[in-house]
Amino acid sequence: MIRRSLLALAAAFTVAGTSVYAQDMIKIGAIAPKTGPLAGGAVVTQWPNVQLWVEEVNARGGLKVGDKQMQIELIEYDDKTNPGEHIKLAQRLATQDKVDFVVAPYGTGFNIATAPIYGKFGYPMIAVSAITDKADELTERYSNLFFTLGTTTAFVDGVKEILIEQRDAGNIGNEVAMVNVADAFGIELADRARELFTEAGFEIVYDKSYPLGTPDLSPVMKGAKDSGAKAFVAWSYPPDSFGLAEQAIIENLDVSVYYSAVATSFPAFKGAYGNKINNVLGAGGTNVDDPVIAAYRKAHMDVTGKTADYWASANTYASLQILEQAIEGAATLDRGVVTQYIKDNSFDTVMGKLSFENQVSKTFWSVGQWQDGVFRGVKGSNVEGAVPVRAKDGWSE
Amino acid sequence: MVDILVSGLLLSGTYALVAMGLNLQYGVAKIMNLANGEVLVLGALASFWLYTTSQISPILTVIMVIPVAFIGNWLIYRFLLTPLVRRSKSQGALEVDSILATFGMSFIFIGIMVSIEGGFFFYKYLSEPIQILGSTTSLNRLVAFLIAVLIGVGLYLWLNLSRPGVAVRAVSVSSEASGLVGINVPQVSALAFALGGTITAVGGALISTFITLDASIGVVFTLKALIIVIMGGVGDIRGAIVAAIILGVVETAVATLIDPGLTLAAAYFIFVIILLFRPQGLFGRRPV
Repeated sequence: MIRRSLLALAAAFTVAGTSVYAQDMIKIGAIAPKTGPLAGGAVVTQWPNVQLWVEEVNARGGLKVGDKQMQIELIEYDDKTNPGEHIKLAQRLATQDKVDFVVAPYGTGFNIATAPIYGKFGYPMIAVSAITDKADELTERYSNLFFTLGTTTAFVDGVKEILIEQRDAGNIGNEVAMVNVADAFGIELADRARELFTEAGFEIVYDKSYPLGTPDLSPVMKGAKDSGAKAFVAWSYPPDSFGLAEQAIIENLDVSVYYSAVATSFPAFKGAYGNKINNVLGAGGTNVDDPVIAAYRKAHMDVTGKTADYWASANTYASLQILEQAIEGAATLDRGVVTQYIKDNSFDTVMGKLSFENQVSKTFWSVGQWQDGVFRGVKGSNVEGAVPVRAKDGWSE
Repeated sequence: MVDILVSGLLLSGTYALVAMGLNLQYGVAKIMNLANGEVLVLGALASFWLYTTSQISPILTVIMVIPVAFIGNWLIYRFLLTPLVRRSKSQGALEVDSILATFGMSFIFIGIMVSIEGGFFFYKYLSEPIQILGSTTSLNRLVAFLIAVLIGVGLYLWLNLSRPGVAVRAVSVSSEASGLVGINVPQVSALAFALGGTITAVGGALISTFITLDASIGVVFTLKALIIVIMGGVGDIRGAIVAAIILGVVETAVATLIDPGLTLAAAYFIFVIILLFRPQGLFGRRPV
């Protein structure tokens, strides 16, 4: 009897405790891979920025919602790179943890797969690591989903422009060697590139795909080398972007244009190959000379102990700034009002002024290049500070 | 043609490193170790971590990994798996139990590795071009291949010429009969398991010099090892080596001559064909 009343007392305190707690805390949920195939990318691009943002906001006293200062309480889960797992966890965030807002998932497929569940609970999703040509179709269906990193076509267009420029400059001919990872991402980009490159008068003399996780890419690189093309384009993912660069160095691939997609912008890419990868092109880019970006990169280093990547890191941080400004601007935790606020306003972020047109932001970098130790943006949309492209000249240090 | 043979053989060295350890563990200790890939990645992590923090050469790491992995795997067998061995009534029951136990163990390993390094193990060691019979390849692959050959030959000689080696082979044929002739079966099994784990971890340290791994990639190697072990015949080291060579050369030939996209399909095709005609694997014994 005594024990039961003690329990009741304890329960009463807990309830009272949480209600006081809930008033000055805002709960943000974040689900992304910490294990599984996409973990290697997420721990570079996604998680450090979530950490940075939460620490910075809390350090300045939290979010100002109306007349309340609210500290952020972050609830994070590992989706194990499994969409089914992610959906279960999203359900948990909404119904058990009762988070107020969420950080959008990592990966194109994940953002699309989870848009219905987050939509059901009215969470705005400002997707970053998601590139697709179906953005318009998807935003029409899901009024809570926003895209910020660009489209498949924009990425292929960026590479196409570079190929045309280099052909006009006489550095390459009409032949292009192209490979892609046999995965939704690589296949979609390669399909689009086949059309756009052919339209521009290029001939794809070597066109092969390889499975994700191929241990030996030397046959691929030997084939590309034998094709004699002076331009090499790979729609690749993290482990193979590295594997291809390694083989290119070993085979001494003689090209003037060398492009590999995801992870080329990772600081570790230079860490692994040093100056051998000077003038290598890759997806993404940033303007390190922009003081706002420079300050962001320094804070990233100071808080997380890691160098920000030269691409989606800044976009990821910007997406969190948008969420922050929308909550403060709307002065409410009502998710519908905040979603509408995101649609109607523009935001000051590390990527400059961002706004959405049909839930899609048109401000992003599409191609960057390693130039003397820094990965600089060379092609982009509505971004400033693009530098001229340089021709690749050998693989020596 | 020379290109295909050279690249294919080097790749098969990698595959042999992946599979020889599992062959010992499954063939002798009868433990279907689903954490095989994670042990490999642990070796890789050691190599990456020591190289990036203290510039210790991966070759030196390999030497350091040997005692650590041996003791670690011996402890795992002694304290985690021996109870399963004791209570299992048949080999089938032990396989099911060990699959579940090691599957769980693989998550623990992944958790530990993620807490040390969640991202990719990015580093390069000996990635210098080298010419073999006019075909360009990299020095790190050659080193891994040579060590794989060394381990393979050493293991083969040890299993066939030394007394403990013969005991290991006897247990692989029949643990009941070996017990009857005075072989200490639990001890030999523990030895085989620990040795298998050591080879796998050494393989991981070597492979990480040319393949970019991450904490979660182990399962890919477990699957590859499984194919090779089943294809070559459980419990026969020659089988694992021959199967690794077949797989390496076929994958490279298909990637070069037909399409790199078909390497996995080709690997599984060969696997199915071999199992159709020799269900016990290339060097496996027909069950009596």
